[in-house]
Amino acid sequence: MRAAHDLGGLQGLGPIAPEPEKSEPVFHAEWEKRMFALTLACGFLGQWNLDESRHARERQRSEDYLKNSYYENWWVGLRRLLIEKGLVSERELNHARPEAHAEPSALSPLVAERVAAILAKGGPVTMPVDRLPGFAVGDRVRVKSDAPAGHTRIPGYIRGRIGKVVEHHGSHVFPDTSAKGQRTGEHLFSVAFSSEAVWGGSASGGHFVLRLDMWEPYLDRVL
Amino acid sequence: MSDHDDDHPHDHDHTHPPSEMELKVKALESLLVEKGLVTTAALDALIDTYEHEIGPRNGARVVAKAWSDAGFKQWLLSDATAAIASLGFTGRQGEHMKVVENTTEVHNLVVCTLCSCYPWPVLGLPPVWYKSAPYRARAVSDPRGVLAEFGTALDKDVEIQVWDSTAEMRYLVLPLRPPGTESWSEDELAELVTRNSMIGVETVAVPGGEDIA
Repeated sequence: MRAAHDLGGLQGLGPIAPEPEKSEPVFHAEWEKRMFALTLACGFLGQWNLDESRHARERQRSEDYLKNSYYENWWVGLRRLLIEKGLVSERELNHARPEAHAEPSALSPLVAERVAAILAKGGPVTMPVDRLPGFAVGDRVRVKSDAPAGHTRIPGYIRGRIGKVVEHHGSHVFPDTSAKGQRTGEHLFSVAFSSEAVWGGSASGGHFVLRLDMWEPYLDRVL
Repeated sequence: MSDHDDDHPHDHDHTHPPSEMELKVKALESLLVEKGLVTTAALDALIDTYEHEIGPRNGARVVAKAWSDAGFKQWLLSDATAAIASLGFTGRQGEHMKVVENTTEVHNLVVCTLCSCYPWPVLGLPPVWYKSAPYRARAVSDPRGVLAEFGTALDKDVEIQVWDSTAEMRYLVLPLRPPGTESWSEDELAELVTRNSMIGVETVAVPGGEDIA
């Protein structure tokens, strides 16, 4: 989907205005800390994956996505997942307390003692596929122009552009189907694009190179 | 007109969200605790980990070691995940690491235009600007303009390579080691390495020394 989260190349957003590195706190409000931790802790319940989590944040009105601060979007995404996966009801969220008749959850919540181990373990996404890679290093490829309705990791600005395969990363879980809860592997490639191929002559500041990681279904060979 | 000529401030302040959010998040937390889906102690431990334990000092150790040990650097550039793991930095959002080396010819810059992908085990959580719409929009269309906002001016012959983190590969920039640091220890070098230089928006300089950009 092409919505407000797909920001590459958008103009008119004003300056970046970075805070000085030395004085920037990790979190800017107490609620941000809690929102961050709630999202991770609920993720560890194992009821959804990272792609579903991203998709839940993306499925908002574009004006809301842009207007919200970062962790406000996390709040929106987590509530949506909790409802969609049946962990809480909308009524419970609105009243901020469990239904009187609610059964206790059968899921085991993350406990403090397991936090270090579960973070250190991470969640690798390599996934073997029984096909050979469709492209080789050096191949010229064109990014598909499709704008699929669901979750995808093809940024809008790169659709239809021609680049060159620079590296094969092996096969990784394919996000477009993973966001629907189906884990399938696809070959993943690092593709290089010249700024001219992407922006024509309009990029300010002269030539540069863009590197994007693209799954095989995103690409067509250019002969 | 390039879009950073205008100097109007953000019309949405990311640093002072409404106290309404404080209430909304409190309500959500108390519901989830009551339903037995989260525990307060685990939330506290998660926050403590990313506030105090996992941060850019980890990445600085990786860079300082690469600057000091040619064998480690070679390993880091060919298998970053394993080389970084050998220093004890592993796990969430660093499962598939790639280190990209700045040279006198190439300067690397990392962004995630679609969300906020960032190598947590070596850099911690991303700064606000990295997650902001203007950075995500412009890093891939005007990287020199972005660098200028950070006060970074590269020689015009240096080719910029922008890494848009569209998959689960996570990128760490290996900055150029500044001249005049040949006799420095690994610890001293690590002190010099900034988070921003490992994202690629800045270069590393010796305080008061010559700027190598």
